[in-house]
Amino acid sequence: MSASDYESVIGLEVHAQLLTRSKIFCGCSTQFGAPPNHNTCPVCLGMPGVLPVLNKRVVEFAIRAGLALGCSIRKTSVWSRKNYFYPDLPKGYQITQYDLPICEKGRLTIDLDGKAREIRITRIHMEEDAGKSVHDAGGGESLVDLNRAGVPLLEIVSEPDIRSSEEAAEYLRTLREVLVYLGINDGNMEEGSFRCDANVSVRRKGASELGQRTELKNMNSFRFVRQAIDYEITRQIALLESGGKVVQETRLWDTQRNVSRPMRSKEDAHDYRYFPEPDLPALHVSDALIEEVRKSLPELPKAKAQRFQSQYGLAAYDVKILCADPLLADFFEAAALRYTDYKKLFNWFQGELLRLLNEEGGSISTLKFQASQLAALLASVDKGEISASAGKDVLGEMFRSGKDPAAIIAAKGLGQVSDAAVIENAVNEVIAKNPGEVEKYRAGKKQVFGFFVGQAMKAMKGKGNPGLINDLLKKKLG
Amino acid sequence: MKLSLEEVRHVAALARLSLSADEEERYRHQLSAILEAMEQLKALNTDRVEPTSHAIAVEAMLREDVVVPSMDPAKALANAPAKVGTSFAVPKIIE
Amino acid sequence: MTPELLNLSMLELSTKLVRRETSSVEVVRACLGRIEQVDAKVRAFLRVDAKGALAAAESSDARRKANAALGPLDGVPVGLKDLFLTEGVETTAGSKILAGFIPPFDATAVELLKGAGLPIIGKTNQDEFAMGSSTESSGFFPTHNPWDLGRTPGGSSGGSAAAVACREVFGALGTDTGGSIRQPAAMTNTVGLKPTYGRVSRFGVIAFASSLDQVSPITRTVRDAAALLQTIAVHDPRDSTSSATRAPDYLAEIEGGVAGMKLGVPREYFTEGIDPEVERAVRGAASELEKLGAKVVEVSLPHTRYALATYYLIAPAEASSNLARYDGVRYGLRAQGAKGLREMYCQTRAAGFGPEVKRRIMLGTYALSAGYYDAYYLKAQKVRTLIRQDFLEAFKNVDAILSPTSPVTAFKLGEKLDDPMAMYLVDVFTLPCNLAGLPGMSIPCGFSAAGLPIGLQILGRHFDEARLLRIARAFEREHDFIRRAPPI
Repeated sequence: MSASDYESVIGLEVHAQLLTRSKIFCGCSTQFGAPPNHNTCPVCLGMPGVLPVLNKRVVEFAIRAGLALGCSIRKTSVWSRKNYFYPDLPKGYQITQYDLPICEKGRLTIDLDGKAREIRITRIHMEEDAGKSVHDAGGGESLVDLNRAGVPLLEIVSEPDIRSSEEAAEYLRTLREVLVYLGINDGNMEEGSFRCDANVSVRRKGASELGQRTELKNMNSFRFVRQAIDYEITRQIALLESGGKVVQETRLWDTQRNVSRPMRSKEDAHDYRYFPEPDLPALHVSDALIEEVRKSLPELPKAKAQRFQSQYGLAAYDVKILCADPLLADFFEAAALRYTDYKKLFNWFQGELLRLLNEEGGSISTLKFQASQLAALLASVDKGEISASAGKDVLGEMFRSGKDPAAIIAAKGLGQVSDAAVIENAVNEVIAKNPGEVEKYRAGKKQVFGFFVGQAMKAMKGKGNPGLINDLLKKKLG
Repeated sequence: MKLSLEEVRHVAALARLSLSADEEERYRHQLSAILEAMEQLKALNTDRVEPTSHAIAVEAMLREDVVVPSMDPAKALANAPAKVGTSFAVPKIIE
Repeated sequence: MTPELLNLSMLELSTKLVRRETSSVEVVRACLGRIEQVDAKVRAFLRVDAKGALAAAESSDARRKANAALGPLDGVPVGLKDLFLTEGVETTAGSKILAGFIPPFDATAVELLKGAGLPIIGKTNQDEFAMGSSTESSGFFPTHNPWDLGRTPGGSSGGSAAAVACREVFGALGTDTGGSIRQPAAMTNTVGLKPTYGRVSRFGVIAFASSLDQVSPITRTVRDAAALLQTIAVHDPRDSTSSATRAPDYLAEIEGGVAGMKLGVPREYFTEGIDPEVERAVRGAASELEKLGAKVVEVSLPHTRYALATYYLIAPAEASSNLARYDGVRYGLRAQGAKGLREMYCQTRAAGFGPEVKRRIMLGTYALSAGYYDAYYLKAQKVRTLIRQDFLEAFKNVDAILSPTSPVTAFKLGEKLDDPMAMYLVDVFTLPCNLAGLPGMSIPCGFSAAGLPIGLQILGRHFDEARLLRIARAFEREHDFIRRAPPI
């Protein structure tokens, strides 16, 4: 039997940090980057006698995600304790939702190679994040920072409907886009605010039973997810082909050696002794709250993409670029209100704006100029007030200084002269002054044309509208 | 006896308690006797009974998403048995 | 011998303070003097905060001079079980694993006491992490019953009970999870009141069993219990299980008597194993209440005999989880010389926890573990529902339930240490109401021939503390148990 006789069965578990201001059970800030233990209090430090109080916004965000992903929202959900010992888990248990999660039975449609596939979502629940342990290379100690302990997480679990690493990556990309659009997560895999674990198994094609699965962890980019899943599929098939059995275990993706290794086993690793959290009553969610959240749902990625295609006549591929960041898409729309050559506008976005952001850093939210100003700049170029290449310089200046395009054009003297009469004068003058060249041109030496253009430009001190100069010269020279 | 020595060891490990051989035997006896007494619950039919996890039904209290100033890190670490800077220091995990 | 001042009740003292017949500083000094006199024998206190108490007393006296007293108990000194976090003052829960722990904040109940002006004399002894019925499981030393120093004062709030009984303080706070304030009250001739679950905030109170624990006042008189409860019965937004219903004025109807009330005596609470003197005293109390105008009927709480097993599965299970944070990482004891993290955990917890705590942690861990959860923990939570239903059913017919608080009077130190089950059996009458979240009180109702106190337990409907206090007061008025002081 060969690899093609096997089918891979993949389920993904995503942990997404929520963009609330404060933690899930206390008022400490969730802001990343503070020095160790500067965002802590007795509650998230797990001191004796402390108690959790639930952050309302976490519930709203969970409902938002559930509605966007087509889930049914549980009217009554319950909190549980997941008990285990680890230094970054201050209470010795994590407060999570085990039995009765807030959202269930949703779906996410992914597009791969033009084909749409629906991946079912089993459940979404709320829980608290743990802190961070840093293993101090020199000292034989680990250092524990509990700033992250208590940051709210949504855990999103898919059914094992995924059949390849490409599908897995596309599922993650699509899911991430939804969460970013919803404003509940920043989608950052490298920093760990969007994390993914994969459950992978294989079975003979046509088999109805699932094979033994392993869990893959430590994949903090889409590329690693694909590599790790492919590796694991290959490994499992080879194991089965040689008469071996797949062992249920957790494996870590080693990004240096491109292999997955079993995590050192913790004998009692999996007896979490879940029981209902006595310190938190059951959470009742009203129809009114669900409706309120539903009304406040932003336009979701797919809907926005379709609308961009039809409303702006842009190609699917171009739309993908614009809609990857909802703020970018919004900025485009704001510009498009005033400048209706959408294709040209897109070209400026792709060729100039995104390039500037890439090269000089920043994001749409930190742009120093308005969409209306960009529209005004493009209108100037269209009117011939400046050349297109001057326009690019102006945009760069707007990007850096936030100054108004008109002001920049004036200050830098970039204004292009497109006055027909002025250009005609200059052209006439050049022709009159260079009869010899005129003759050479008319005689067939076409390359002389460049000389006339140069001279006309010089006469206009470099500000002549090159297009108009060209046209007029052609007309007059014949 | 209800509990085997293996089970006592397993439970002690789950609870991160080291026990001497004497203690293992002693707790084995005592816990077995206690669990024997629990057996009487089996006599009750509770098929249609809902479990009680909260003594009083209280409406869930929700907090506004507002940042409250954190505790001074010096206070957070004041009782720490070992620290490095403002981090808690613990022995490494030995595999 | 006790200066007369120390024999006053909290409210009597309050009157004297209002009349400027004494000052809070003078009273605190008297308490400190009394402690110096007797505590070497009683050992009610783990630590005394003379400095803090005197400073608070001085502030109280200053307020009184300025006619700005904070309330009826301003300046009345109390003790606190060492389970309550007190900012800047060592708090150990009676355990070596928290020796040296200095909390950076006060429990809500402590904030409320301080806000009402009560000086806190010190932290009282207890069974470690509230697990025990005799205070012998304290990680430090046992407390002795002031009525007979060779006997326990009960537990787990034995220190608070003894301190109040022997006049070291005027009142105290403890906690009650399965009887830990009522049973010591019964054994020391004091009044112990466990409020309805959720009545008093648990924030800053070291947790034993979260769905059962309640902060509880212990005093010498019923009116004092009402006044002390009033101070702390406040909704707390830091405790998600804290009730939002407002507490009534507990003193308003307290002298109203029992005429027209119906009181139930559950047949299941008079089992064999109960001391005949206890039974006699409690049945006698019931008759007296009948003479005072109540109707006394027999009721049945059929699942009573399952309460012990139910409690001893649920409480240890929750405790095993609540005590996981004592791991030597962020506070408290850390074993030295361990090779690696896991060994550090295991050695720290082995050295820091006493045998009763270890027993319950293991029992609880077992009851929650894979394969056993359904048969033990889940089963117990279901039986808990049945026990609660028994009470709700009974309360359709009666307004309150009378029973003995404890089947026995104060037992000798060391008597029940060999057999954990024998110790657990002392709580058979107190633990059912914790399972149901109902309020319960113990008040003095007599003495045995040997001179040991006997307690009458009164149980009530959810949030019906005012009625319990009224019944208790009606009975208390007819006797002078309060005037009897232990021979120390």
